[in-house]
Amino acid sequence: MNGVHDMGGQQGFGPVQPEPDEPTFHAEWEKRALAVTLAMGAGGQWNIDLGRSARESLPPATYLGSSYYAIWILALERLMQERGLVTSQELRSDTAPTGSPAPFRTLHADAVDASLARGTATARRVDQAAAFAPGQRVRARNMHPGGHTRLPRYVRGHVGTVTLVHGAHVFPDRHVSHPLPPFDEAPQWLYTVVFDAQELWGAQGDAAVRISVDAWEPYLEAVQ
Amino acid sequence: MELRVRALETLLTRKGYVEPAALDRIIETYETKVGPHNGAAVVARSWVDADFRQWLLQDATAAIASMGFGGRQGEHMVAVANTPDLHNMVVCTLCSCYPWPVLGLPPVWYKSAPYRAKAVMDPRGVLADFGVQLPATTQFRVWDSTAEIRYLVIPMMPPEAQGLAPSELAVWVTRDAMIGTGVACSPAGRLSQPTDAPP
Repeated sequence: MNGVHDMGGQQGFGPVQPEPDEPTFHAEWEKRALAVTLAMGAGGQWNIDLGRSARESLPPATYLGSSYYAIWILALERLMQERGLVTSQELRSDTAPTGSPAPFRTLHADAVDASLARGTATARRVDQAAAFAPGQRVRARNMHPGGHTRLPRYVRGHVGTVTLVHGAHVFPDRHVSHPLPPFDEAPQWLYTVVFDAQELWGAQGDAAVRISVDAWEPYLEAVQ
Repeated sequence: MELRVRALETLLTRKGYVEPAALDRIIETYETKVGPHNGAAVVARSWVDADFRQWLLQDATAAIASMGFGGRQGEHMVAVANTPDLHNMVVCTLCSCYPWPVLGLPPVWYKSAPYRAKAVMDPRGVLADFGVQLPATTQFRVWDSTAEIRYLVIPMMPPEAQGLAPSELAVWVTRDAMIGTGVACSPAGRLSQPTDAPP
């Protein structure tokens, strides 16, 4: 989706503002927002790409006007409502939950360490060979899917060079195709593709700068 | 948001979807155990141990795991080394991808629109926003973390740090140096000092 989340190369946001001695959290609610989001995610009713897609799909003004943990909470509420885990009425009132809870794999305290240490690897075996090799010139496809994708707009249509082949990984554009498990984890080869800044930004590009994205094979086409 | 998140946690607890003690454990993990001190230990070792550095550059996931760091948001790691001629910088223009096991949770600026917008177009200007200037001849390499590969920058060891042990070197490795928005520097006289030691 060509959303406001796809920020690379946008102008007008002003300088980066580092915060000296920044704390890990800026408010108590941020801690709980992080933890609730991770714990609910561990329930397996959505995956990382469905989570990202929910955040990207917030109204543009909401996305731009909200802090990052606020975005997480708004998306989490949406993900839970879509799956019938909570109702909008439950979210908007202090009354007790209505009806019986949906079946859910709750993350218990004694399982947290193992869950975080395990993570969610996305590398998968594939039978077909990689189409591209390091050193090969490729073009990022000029594509504009309405759904979730991880090919940023600023590289689309531009030519770069494959520098790393990371093996095959779960393909985000397909990973969001089923809202509920089992998810489509069909993998695609994943590459690091490097672009010269002047290829991306023309005269405004700095000749001393190169930029890479990690791109799945369906995002790329061979260049003669 | 304070009330909204509290109400949400209460609701989800009543429904049995979350367990408050599990939430406490997650928070404790990222407040005390997982943070940039992990990455600093990795980088400091790479400065004095050539074999480890080679391993880190070839298979960062395994080399980092050998020091006990791995898991969520660091399942697939790549380490990239700065040289006198090349400076690396890591960004996630699409969201906030960041190598949690070695750097902890990302700072606000990393997730902010200004950084996500600017890093891929004007990394030299980003460094200036951090008060850092590199020679005009330095080449820049920006890594946009658009997949599940997480990048760790290995900054150059400052010449003054020569001869120190890894345990002493770790405090020279700032979080920003491992993102590429800073350079490693002496802990003495550092203006802003991102947490580089366990709290």
